[in-house]
Amino acid sequence: MIRALTFSLLLWLSLPAHAIDPSDKLEDPVQDELYQRITEEVRCLVCQNQSIANSTAPLAADLRREIRRMIEEGSNETEIKDFLVERYGDFVLYRPRFRSWNLVLWLGPIVLLTVGFIALVVNVRRRKNLPVDEDAP
Amino acid sequence: MIPEFGHIALVIALCIAVLQSVLPLAGAQQGNVAWIATTRPLAHAQFFFLVISFGCLIVAFLQNDFSVKYVAMNSNTALPTMFKVAAVWGAHEGSLLLWSVTLGLWTSAVAAFSKTLPNAVVARVLAVMGMIAVGFMLFILLTSNPFDRLFPAPLNGGDLNPLLQDPALIIHPPMLYMGYVGFSVAFGFAIAAMLAGNLDQQWARWTRPWTTTAWLFLTMGIALGSWWAYYELGWGGWWFWDPVENAAFMPWLVGTGLMHSLAVTEKRGLFKSWTLLMAIAAFSLSLLGTFIVRSGVLVSVHAFASDPARGLFILIFLGIVIGASLTLYAYRASSLETRVGFAPFSRETFILLNSILLVIAAGVVLLGTLGPLVFGAFDLGSVSVGPQYFELVFLFPMLPLVLAVGVGMHTAWRSANPRELFRRLKWPALGALVAGVLIPWLVFGSVSLLTAVGVTIGLWTVIASLIDPAKKVVGKGPRITRGMVAMQLAHLGLGLTVLGITVTSAYTVVTDESMRPGDTREIGGYTFRFDETLPITGPNYEGIQGVFTVSRNDTELTQLKPEKRVYRVQTNPMTEAGIQGGLGRDLFIALGEQLGRGAWSVRIQYKPLIRFIWLGCIVMVIGGLVAISDPRYRQRVTAKAAADGATATA
Amino acid sequence: MAGKLKFLIPVAVFAGMVAIFYQGLYKDPTLVSSPFIDKAAPAFDLPTLYDDQRRMTEREFRGKISLFNVWASWCPGCAREHDMLLTIAHTTDVPIYGLNWKDERQAALKWLLERGNPYEVNAVDRDNITGIDWGVYGAPETFLIDADGIIRYKHIGPLTPEIWAAEFLPRITSARAMLAGAGS
Repeated sequence: MIRALTFSLLLWLSLPAHAIDPSDKLEDPVQDELYQRITEEVRCLVCQNQSIANSTAPLAADLRREIRRMIEEGSNETEIKDFLVERYGDFVLYRPRFRSWNLVLWLGPIVLLTVGFIALVVNVRRRKNLPVDEDAP
Repeated sequence: MIPEFGHIALVIALCIAVLQSVLPLAGAQQGNVAWIATTRPLAHAQFFFLVISFGCLIVAFLQNDFSVKYVAMNSNTALPTMFKVAAVWGAHEGSLLLWSVTLGLWTSAVAAFSKTLPNAVVARVLAVMGMIAVGFMLFILLTSNPFDRLFPAPLNGGDLNPLLQDPALIIHPPMLYMGYVGFSVAFGFAIAAMLAGNLDQQWARWTRPWTTTAWLFLTMGIALGSWWAYYELGWGGWWFWDPVENAAFMPWLVGTGLMHSLAVTEKRGLFKSWTLLMAIAAFSLSLLGTFIVRSGVLVSVHAFASDPARGLFILIFLGIVIGASLTLYAYRASSLETRVGFAPFSRETFILLNSILLVIAAGVVLLGTLGPLVFGAFDLGSVSVGPQYFELVFLFPMLPLVLAVGVGMHTAWRSANPRELFRRLKWPALGALVAGVLIPWLVFGSVSLLTAVGVTIGLWTVIASLIDPAKKVVGKGPRITRGMVAMQLAHLGLGLTVLGITVTSAYTVVTDESMRPGDTREIGGYTFRFDETLPITGPNYEGIQGVFTVSRNDTELTQLKPEKRVYRVQTNPMTEAGIQGGLGRDLFIALGEQLGRGAWSVRIQYKPLIRFIWLGCIVMVIGGLVAISDPRYRQRVTAKAAADGATATA
Repeated sequence: MAGKLKFLIPVAVFAGMVAIFYQGLYKDPTLVSSPFIDKAAPAFDLPTLYDDQRRMTEREFRGKISLFNVWASWCPGCAREHDMLLTIAHTTDVPIYGLNWKDERQAALKWLLERGNPYEVNAVDRDNITGIDWGVYGAPETFLIDADGIIRYKHIGPLTPEIWAAEFLPRITSARAMLAGAGS
């Protein structure tokens, strides 16, 4: 697969300065809530591990604007995320979507819990029949 | 000359560490008393030379010796003295030296405070720690020498990253390192026990205080880091699930499980192989954390150095240390089976459940942290794993865990009577449930299911921890030992932290506003008036300070002064939030951009109960302190215990 | 026997992790795969730099192998790659189209006047509308587009002779061979 290299850190070293954008408010509280939630979940691609809600990078501002526009035009969460993933790939979302290759992220915790539960039951059942103290009969 | 002294002292310390990892171990395995006798002097000598080396680096910083490359890159003549000292461990090379010094300190402490232990045991433990020290010092000398010279020397240095110029950052890294390097002691004890083929209850008693001490440093370190992130990163978050944070959190989770499992091993001689595995895992995760932070395999807010050569060295080192100990484990663990049982409803079951859930929690964090790396390594695709993932999956092990804590601590060893327990706990549990739903609803006007669950289990843990002490106060409770006080305090702290996390996540009010001097805003029942902005000048920065007056019901409460700073050398704008803290709530203001015509963008937050998060950690740490103060850990080995130790080989 | 085997699980899991780490060590974690490779160039309709009235669309790319270069006059990386772009424009027959991204028209015109103009045509995307549709991170970025308007490669960061030789030339050669094969 062909990969692309993000720019040298010298150009893009972004300190976690946070974006405070008072224009970032939507009139409709439901839409505003959706806007906040989505921008918190979209990764700023040119920053080091920051969401676009918290980034001052120009690209993050552009993406906020685009998300805002889509919400105002009535797009729902899935449509907006599809729009972003289509353009920037799965990397753009902080909560990974289900894909065949990343199923382990979502199945892993379930498998761990199941294995843990089985281990607990097996151990407890085995110990149940043993003497409570070593020197007890 | 001083940097050269530092370099030479480090080389000497390395040589001593080599001896320390060979002589005592050979002596212990072959019964050579003279070789065993070298253990403690070698341990102290190693520490001594590391301190000299570290001291030389500090001096280089204090003297502004910019002919030392590391100093030139991370300090500046205008840097305040206390930050010059902190700058010693502000970047890769120096922080590794701090790692080594910390390991030296633990080594020396084990040598000093283990007078009651058989010499052969101490010899094995310190030899294992010596091997770790050799690896780290080799790493420093071969790939990351902080004493390397720079020619020609610059007139002034590149300055410490402004983010790190903060009092909390002076003590945060040493605390954190004390914590996760401290797990090397438990690791050393685990390897020593496997080498000797002997693991008994006495072994657990020796290992416990060291583990608890490391754990309480780590708890402190993590809490400080979170506190620092809260007020310094500027947007009011306190945990970001960043790889670097996860790197410290995973050993904490497993270390917490280890403390509990050790308690069972000490008291009942059970879970030996499980305890061993967790001792290995806790330290392995610490090493892994170092690897994650140092080698740049993951993108993170605060990873300082990326370099594949360094990464390869650490990977080989990890492979040897962890690989060898797990192989030894595979070989020895099956011989540690004990034929001791317990009833399905008993303290043992709860502690087993606890440690399994903690290991799962660590596993989930590990999965989310390394998942992106795995997919990348196999060209499957690029994926980001962020807070939205962790916050969801972390709940699955954590909710049952916290719920079980309150029950488990009241359950008797060996076999408990569920009906009697239900009779004792039903009213407190019901109270927690009612209060958990009602209180948030009454105070904040609404309550979601998850919030109600969070507040309920938080309150439940707090109440459960206080039942016995309360009965004692009324005068009809059972005798409370020091160990029980420690446990109650630690669990009380956990409950407080859970409450803080739940309430602050659910009821924080955040708003970004455009304000001119004179404007007021109402948030969370408080009135914030923007009075003016003032220019400020610091020792190595310029900036602007906003002055806000906060009032409630027309009574002035306080003034908040958020700042925006531009440091002279590294010219990134930095935000210093203005915070008024209180047990019940924090008021938080951060100054954003100037918007023109005198207006500023301002972020105002009302964060209820956020202090409970760190208060809980402090209470947990106090619990840990009480635990290690227990005099039974300082008892001499009794004749009986020594005999047990000699014969208990399974 | 199974009872003993279970103690081998930790070391086996660890061995797997080491293998993965080893793989990961030589990958740049900031590498992000572009979802556009082997997909049709996204549609756009933008004014051109020299003539505000003239429009440029993705149909411009049809019928030849071309480069689409994202640049701006404020971008230091673009200054570094400019000579390389001029060399490509003068010594090869691969046309370079430009996307003048988040830039001021006057500044962009001055830039081309001072440094020379390697571009056939420049589309102006002042507000990063097309940029987002193309999944642009920042400037400079260079797309390789084949005669059918399909994106074959994307390079992020300044173009260098090494990257040109290693990544672009082989793809151009094979795309041309396909084109010739299809034509005959």
